[in-house]
Amino acid sequence: MAEPVVETENIAKEFSGVRVLNDINIEINRGEIFGLIGENGAGKSTLIKIINGIYQPTEGRFFFEGEEVEKMDPFRAKEIGISTIPQEFNLVDHLNVYENIFLGQEYQKNALLLDRKRMKQMTQELMEELEADISPEDRIGEISVAQKQMVEIAKAIAYESKLLIMDEPTTVLTSNEIEVLFSLMRDLSDQGVTIVYISHKLREVKKICNRVMVLRDGEFISLQSTDEVTEHDMANMMVGRELNQMFPETTPPEEEPVLEVKGLSSRDGRVENTSFQLKKGEILGFAGLVGAGRTELAETILGIREKKEGEILIKGEKLEVSSPRQAVDNGVAYLPEDRQSTGIIANFEVPKNITLISLQKYIRNFLISRKREKDKTQDYIDEFNIQVPSVDSKLETLSGGNQQKVSLVKSLDTEPEIFIFDEPTRGIDISAKMDIFNFINELVQSGISVIFISSELEEIIGMANRVAVMREGSISGILEGDEITEERIMYHATGLETRAV
Amino acid sequence: MKTSKTYLTKTKNFLKEIDLSKYGPLIAVIVLVVASSFASPYFLRWRNITNVLRQISYTGIIALGMTFVIIAGGIDLSVGSMTAFVGGIVIIMVNHFGGGVLAIFIAIAVAVLMGAAAGAFNGLIITKGKVAPFIVTLGTWGMFRSLTLYISGAGEFRTNSQLFSEIGMGYFLNIPIPVWVLLVFTAFYGILLNRTKFGRYACAIGSNERVAKYSAINVSKIKFITYIITGFNVAITSVLLSSRLNSINPTTAGSGFELDAIAAVIIGGTALSGGTGSVLGTLLGAIILGIVNNMLNLLGVSPYLQGTVRGLVIIGAVLIQRQRS
Repeated sequence: MAEPVVETENIAKEFSGVRVLNDINIEINRGEIFGLIGENGAGKSTLIKIINGIYQPTEGRFFFEGEEVEKMDPFRAKEIGISTIPQEFNLVDHLNVYENIFLGQEYQKNALLLDRKRMKQMTQELMEELEADISPEDRIGEISVAQKQMVEIAKAIAYESKLLIMDEPTTVLTSNEIEVLFSLMRDLSDQGVTIVYISHKLREVKKICNRVMVLRDGEFISLQSTDEVTEHDMANMMVGRELNQMFPETTPPEEEPVLEVKGLSSRDGRVENTSFQLKKGEILGFAGLVGAGRTELAETILGIREKKEGEILIKGEKLEVSSPRQAVDNGVAYLPEDRQSTGIIANFEVPKNITLISLQKYIRNFLISRKREKDKTQDYIDEFNIQVPSVDSKLETLSGGNQQKVSLVKSLDTEPEIFIFDEPTRGIDISAKMDIFNFINELVQSGISVIFISSELEEIIGMANRVAVMREGSISGILEGDEITEERIMYHATGLETRAV
Repeated sequence: MKTSKTYLTKTKNFLKEIDLSKYGPLIAVIVLVVASSFASPYFLRWRNITNVLRQISYTGIIALGMTFVIIAGGIDLSVGSMTAFVGGIVIIMVNHFGGGVLAIFIAIAVAVLMGAAAGAFNGLIITKGKVAPFIVTLGTWGMFRSLTLYISGAGEFRTNSQLFSEIGMGYFLNIPIPVWVLLVFTAFYGILLNRTKFGRYACAIGSNERVAKYSAINVSKIKFITYIITGFNVAITSVLLSSRLNSINPTTAGSGFELDAIAAVIIGGTALSGGTGSVLGTLLGAIILGIVNNMLNLLGVSPYLQGTVRGLVIIGAVLIQRQRS
């Protein structure tokens, strides 16, 4: 029955003498959904890049459908039926959805003209299959991140692949969208398509995959049926030690509110009539579907997004004009959702990034004291264990996790009293997640209040004192104590249950 | 045999180690000076050197301001016609107030105000109107030239003030006054770029405007100021140029300055896409263009071909920078 599609024999990969993948032997069977997990740097990406031809292995042999593939490259991979849904989107913003899906593989009516009708038709069908509300004519630049992910998925399945590699496809999707994706994956698997599924979300891996392989530091650790392992086992194998409690103990906040938002609406209508209070030392979780307006609410409070009406009070004092600078001066810090485009400047050195918001502190007689900048940076590097080639390295030379730390430190350097975290754990591994949770916990211990926006219900439930659920730009419910359950949050998020606040 | 080979690879490695975008312009200046002094015995004469430096000071001063505009992700095409416009007004002022010391002070003050206002106009439309800098300054490029022609009634602006021409013709410590201005401005703007909040913010905006906005930087204000700086520098150039010539030709004055200024900035290692740049690099870029021009003159190359050579220098400089990154 089991017919191997992909086989590797002692695959190894070295980068300038450093072995990042060692002696990997795998067999992936036709129609199987094969989970691949490991921490950042474990070698997952390297392994899939060998399978889809981007890297050449230093050692070892690779077989596809029983035949050895010697000279592998991305074109050859596509030819033999391997598609990849990459972690980072590979879409052209200025083109339409259908133009992106068929980019480089356009159907022609004749030698000169494109067969647009056929491509639109096929795109429409793909979108219906994915239950995605996307028109073939939508411009990529104007659709949401979740929709872009759906387009990437549609693009990959449009090519009738035999092997589909999915690298973290669900990070930006909501539970409903994930369900749709999973049922599609099962259909594909029934049709004989083999899927390699990479994710940090162990629950999903257990749910959707037949077998799961764990990599750690480039080494093969285990390969088991998902029926035989628990999420906890997987986490332990990835990290290589017994993990204790994932979330730190929550501490009760003080009664005094530090931030009050009353009837806040944004000019563009993305936030409507939103009211809530944040207490001193509290972690207030913000849950909701993608597009529910959580990031937009944060941006309106920060003055990045224009306010239409409503009041923002910080420690009882009303913020009259809203500008980002004013929010910072009033002790509000923000860790943005999208690190690359809003958090850090890749071609700036570490100190310049860290002091970007708080630069005034480093100025003496109109001039920036580079020494003070560097000293402070060194302190942060030691305190947060940021891995850098040198203090003066540019951010682009740092790994994703360390960039995230710099982004965090940059906001921290403004000495905030209110810290808004927007999806702080997206795309990072378990150890780094636990670091963030502990960091947030230390913040609240020291009296800082935290708004914690996350699409991971488990995190919200584990971390927050109270949970505000948003739907269509407004808060549809605020949950406390025993009310904080996955079911109740989803009811509010989808509008099946609303309660006045 | 073997030693020469190792020597060669050593030099090669050494050359690879050098950050060309940083030291490239300096190396180019040194190479050009050495080559030129061999090519022509006149080149190293003090008179020739000060002449070259004086010639580059007009567009050089403008290029210093342009450096900030480009670093913050913008461009200013209007500087050439702005030079003629402000220069014309300078001469009108000098004549109107009688050509004395007071007249010159008033003329300079008015020039600075006009230049800053013209820059502010560009900056305002770009930031508040959210129109692309290329379009806005292309528009004002045409406007300033047309206004200059209108005011002049198509004749030349002329003055007979001997005192006024002292500024552009004069020397201090054997170095022409415009060159002093260029050098002092380079030092000042170098500090402004590297050591102040404004300079840091300009780089941040040019690197990633969204990050700058999220980092509580007032993006519009910083961009606006870069255009005012450029307008101010244009005003200073206008004063130096009109006093040197004692006249401003409304049709030709400042013509092509925008391209020379942008070229100096780019040759000096500032990325046209913004984000990083160097004020000293811009000065060196202007010097490179000046030496190339001077050599072509000394060697008797047809003036019609000089534009070709200058074009090749600009393209070559960018190609070298590309290759490195």
